[in-house]
Amino acid sequence: MNELPQQLVNGLLLGSMYGLVAIGYTMVYGIVQLINFAHGEIFMTGAFGALTVYLYVLPDGTTMWIALPLMLVGAIFVAVTVAVGAERFAYRPLRTAPRLAPLITAIGLSLALQQAVWAWYPNAKSARTFPQIEGGPFEIGSVTIQTGDVFLFIAAPISMAVLAYFVMKTRTGRGMQATAQDPDTAKLMGINTDRIIVVAFALGAAFAAVGGLAYGLKYGQIDFRMGFILGLKAFTAAVLGGIGNIYGAMIGGVVLGLAETMATAYIADVPGMSQLGGQSWANVWAFVLLILVLLFRPQGLLGERVADRA
Amino acid sequence: MRQRSLIAITAALAAGALTLTACGSRDEDGGGSDSNGGDTTVVIGVDAPLTGDLSALGLGIKNSVDLAAKTANKEKTVEGITFKVEALDDQAQPSSGQQNATKLVADKDVLGVVGPLNSSVAESMQKVFDDAKLVEVSPANTNPALTQGTKWNGGEKARPYKSYFRTATTDAIQGPFAAQYVFNDAKKKSVYVIDDKKTYGAGLAATFTEEFKKLGGKVVGTQHIDPDTKDFSAVATQVKSSGADVVYYGGEYPQAGPLSKQIKAAGAKIPLVGGDGIYSADFIKLAGASGTGDLATSVGAPVEDLPSAKEFVSSYKAAGYKEAYEAYGGYSYDSGWAIIEAVKKVVEDNDGKLPDDARAKVTEAMQGVSFDGVTGKVSFDEYGDATNKQLTVYSVEGGTWKPVKSGTYEG
Repeated sequence: MNELPQQLVNGLLLGSMYGLVAIGYTMVYGIVQLINFAHGEIFMTGAFGALTVYLYVLPDGTTMWIALPLMLVGAIFVAVTVAVGAERFAYRPLRTAPRLAPLITAIGLSLALQQAVWAWYPNAKSARTFPQIEGGPFEIGSVTIQTGDVFLFIAAPISMAVLAYFVMKTRTGRGMQATAQDPDTAKLMGINTDRIIVVAFALGAAFAAVGGLAYGLKYGQIDFRMGFILGLKAFTAAVLGGIGNIYGAMIGGVVLGLAETMATAYIADVPGMSQLGGQSWANVWAFVLLILVLLFRPQGLLGERVADRA
Repeated sequence: MRQRSLIAITAALAAGALTLTACGSRDEDGGGSDSNGGDTTVVIGVDAPLTGDLSALGLGIKNSVDLAAKTANKEKTVEGITFKVEALDDQAQPSSGQQNATKLVADKDVLGVVGPLNSSVAESMQKVFDDAKLVEVSPANTNPALTQGTKWNGGEKARPYKSYFRTATTDAIQGPFAAQYVFNDAKKKSVYVIDDKKTYGAGLAATFTEEFKKLGGKVVGTQHIDPDTKDFSAVATQVKSSGADVVYYGGEYPQAGPLSKQIKAAGAKIPLVGGDGIYSADFIKLAGASGTGDLATSVGAPVEDLPSAKEFVSSYKAAGYKEAYEAYGGYSYDSGWAIIEAVKKVVEDNDGKLPDDARAKVTEAMQGVSFDGVTGKVSFDEYGDATNKQLTVYSVEGGTWKPVKSGTYEG
């Protein structure tokens, strides 16, 4: 059997999830030059938000076709609340502080959020099972697509389209672009930059929440640490695509997902590389790719060379 | 330049964060050494993962040792001695395990330690205990090198540490036992072997592979997975296209569950077989409905079926522990009891008191310990391995593990 089409789909799915989370890293960085390391945990709280809606809000046995939109709302609500709260109480007080300070705060916040879920969410000390969409997998030629993955396949492009529309066509979106270019001048032009920053955090969180729900549906389980590795991967995807560029985040995610999958499936077949193949080496190859891109195109795949502001 | 240096700092911090989460340790039960009623207090240390992915197994170990200590206190097994349990959390990390070992060694009241769960953690603790002549009895480590030296497979068996014992059997028999069952009883002839590259998983996969090939089976593919990820879709696709009729996984249930699920989702309707590391109720939870028919081997006979274990099961229930005793409960109880028996011998030999060099004496006495435990006869051979070499194959049926076949492996 030719497994290449299936592996491409596997990589695309994994990459779409990285991309959804990477958008949050890239938007916040584009506007306040802060790498929000707690973003992986915002993704995680989004997934727990969706689970909470299913378990504790909806009546038992609600069909997924009704539950899913409500879970999405729950996921976005929780993730956005956490992100806006983090912005207000952890990052805004440090906005004029040296850049290292909010970065360290972000890492602290990341651990705090993990431990909060670990300690207070019922039975969250090990993985919790996530509700699944009923129905068998779809076969398209030699490619199998799981019902849970269908959500990701639909949600990722729609999310991108919504984001592009928002940033390009709405007033707030254009305000974001202006603030990203030059916050001081934007302020002078009457843009409420504080509000713009909150919007950037909220939007990033909403996409992370979509990713969190997709993760639960895809793997059937979520746990308090799920955001840590995935957050690092999404950050990598954002840098790979060109941090600050929202399309770059999605493309970086897909490239990273494909690279990992291809490395798992095929590196071991390359003569002389049998020791360096397999899934345990996938991360190594993903980071080799990142280093190569940064060496030859330091601004990332879609990033522009911008004049340094400082 | 500012932006790029920020990314560099960020990367460094990310690496820092990774190490931080790896070595943080959360201790439960700080536990001191208060004596009561003029009795001497002997502390039995426990080291196991009490939090994190493997906590279900770890908490089962802790509770079972606690039950052994309580039983000994109630029955006054050792006159004048009150046993107390101090449990430390190693989070399945070798570095935390070593820290805990140092901590236990520093507490003079500790005369024996039960644990750890993971062979890789045991590797980091053995020397610390051996230097202090403090006896360690593991209910769960199955890597042969721990008792027989790294060259155990080449016929040069040499015991590296005199203070290390275990009540569990080793992968040197667990892997081949699984291979014989899969080939002879389940009639599966081509296998895809996956492991997590850890001491336990890789060792188990290797002994399985060797025996499976010897029997005439075919290995149609191998993969090593990264235990930190949940996405095994690429591996699952490979398993499907390899045409294997069974998957062997060397590793633990947090990965085995999702792996089994994703392999079935990819369209390969074949059973996943693993060792005692996947023999947990949590595996079934994680593997979901498609996990029915998956197999696991585990050390010993099923605890529920042994007459000697009836009492353990009922007193465990009566003690009201929140968590189940899980795969290693019986072995943990026996490990704890072995320490109690050794202490008893030392005290009896010394006119009812603990001698000054109690630790060394207890370690010495452990070699001669022999009693009827929960899991059958408990005694140790010249390497510190259990003399009881029983194994059982379990299968997932109707949402629980059902014993399929018990036996003793003979090379």
